[in-house]
Amino acid sequence: MTTIIEPVEAIADVEGDVPPERLARPATRKGIGVSRALLWPALATSLVLTQIPFLVTIYYSLQEWNLLKPGDQHFAWFQNYVTVFSNGSFVSSLVATVLITGSAVILSTLFGLLLAVLLDRRFRGRALARTLLITPFLIMPAAAALIWKWSMFEATSGMVNWLIGLVGIPPVAWNTDAPVVTVIGVLTWQYTPFFMLILLAGLQSQSRDVLEASSVDGAGPARQFALITLPHLRQYIEIAVLLGSIQLVQVFDPVAIMTRGSGGTKTLSYLLYERAFVGLEVGEAAAYGVVTVIVTIVIATVALRTLFKIFTEGTR
Amino acid sequence: MTSATLAPPARPRRVRPVGRAQRRVRASAITLITWGLVVLFFFPVAWMVLTAFKPERQAATSPPTFLADWTLDQFAAVFNRDMAPYLINSLTASIASTVLVLLLAIPAAYALSIRPIVRVRDALFFFISTRFMPVAAGIIPVYLLLQGLGLLDNISALSILYVGINLPIAVWMMRSFFSEVPVEIVEAAQIDGARLHTELFRVVLPIVLPGVAAAGLICFIFAWNEYFLANLLTSTAARTTPPFLTSFVDGRGLFLSVLSAASSIAVLPVVIAGWIAQKQLVRGLAMGAIK
Repeated sequence: MTTIIEPVEAIADVEGDVPPERLARPATRKGIGVSRALLWPALATSLVLTQIPFLVTIYYSLQEWNLLKPGDQHFAWFQNYVTVFSNGSFVSSLVATVLITGSAVILSTLFGLLLAVLLDRRFRGRALARTLLITPFLIMPAAAALIWKWSMFEATSGMVNWLIGLVGIPPVAWNTDAPVVTVIGVLTWQYTPFFMLILLAGLQSQSRDVLEASSVDGAGPARQFALITLPHLRQYIEIAVLLGSIQLVQVFDPVAIMTRGSGGTKTLSYLLYERAFVGLEVGEAAAYGVVTVIVTIVIATVALRTLFKIFTEGTR
Repeated sequence: MTSATLAPPARPRRVRPVGRAQRRVRASAITLITWGLVVLFFFPVAWMVLTAFKPERQAATSPPTFLADWTLDQFAAVFNRDMAPYLINSLTASIASTVLVLLLAIPAAYALSIRPIVRVRDALFFFISTRFMPVAAGIIPVYLLLQGLGLLDNISALSILYVGINLPIAVWMMRSFFSEVPVEIVEAAQIDGARLHTELFRVVLPIVLPGVAAAGLICFIFAWNEYFLANLLTSTAARTTPPFLTSFVDGRGLFLSVLSAASSIAVLPVVIAGWIAQKQLVRGLAMGAIK
């Protein structure tokens, strides 16, 4: 998992490294021993609960193993990976994962930024507005998926169709005709508060002096936002996008509950679930697991790289 | 934004002096837009709670029923369908995993911040990388192991897996709170001959208590809301609330208001806790990367 460290560096940079006065403290042999003893239980637990299962998954992925044929387990080299890549379902799952994750991250960032900017000013009931806005993130994803599917997106009695009907748009059978939209919709709704909170923290950490100075120099609100606020927000957007895309790329709940993978919503984690626990193909599912980890790393890295590019070009 | 008006009109370049009244109108318009968006975002939650108080025949209507014959029947129905054991399972798994996480993460965060050792960064990156690994990556061996040990549908097994998920968040988050404890306080305690446990419990913990509480809350929320593992690894005895909710979807009859009632009950504890601790939530969500 060494490659993952690269994008993560952004997080360390925000907080800054260990302050020098802490490092300057003489590290006695006893002190180091105590620190190690304090750290080990947590490290060992993480190792046992997350890393070892992954290593076993890698091992399984090299096995020909179907649970329905118990005596038939044997080493198969990269046979499962050949199956994974030659099989059409992998590519369509990858497309679904990238589409759903990408759309939800972009939409949540835009809505989150808009709401953060709107909340970063004094107005009546601001605390209440903020409290109400974070609620979607606190809602249990299973409940959110069920309510959105049956109460919001439902074709005849759903509130979405009622709302768009008020402005004269004909009803849409979201759940059957546009399952991808329903999944992206729920995810955007749930993750917008997450982005908003992080970006709001960024806005509030802005130096008022700089903003005042720029407005004295005649910068209008739009210029001020583009030239001062956005560059300042950059690191916060990066963190939000990184953490958000890592959560979203694993998306399972709304897919399992709302669409069962129909209509182009079969994400990698749902595909793995299906292969392992419906198809009982342990080896093949394990190969999907390994590939999913690699895709997660790639998506997180690409998400960050792209952001870096947009920002360095935008501020030049 | 009133400070802008106090600034001296330094440059003649500022040619568009906006009148006071005009500015007030604009501010009100922005406030109005803000509240419009707030209502839009909160609407599904409000609608869920409203629907929970409707009789079934008024729940899924076209056009929607805004003035229903309000009733508590659906809540009675939810508990008649025996929701309590599922809530208790959720509570058990959430509390047990959170307590375990804190027991492991407090010493670790302490070691990583107050008593810096070599390779602090390595340890931190190890923790965060485990968080970034999809749950799917390790689920097959875990499932087969639990099956072999007869631990499927076991709430303790589920709780321990939640520890694995939440530990990295707790370590990162608490490290950021621990790092704010002034070194002088710890050193003074050490010079006074305070032992390790005294140093930790009497000196440091009281200072970082809000941070510990926030980390605990985040772990609780994630465990309470978790669906993937709960759905896969439990069936009846240890079933938690999120997979139980899906059982309210009925292929034949009406179910929307009873589903809304069950969902409202299920989300209530976490929503209230989250509202109360929203200030600390930010830092927890960003794993302590933002103060």
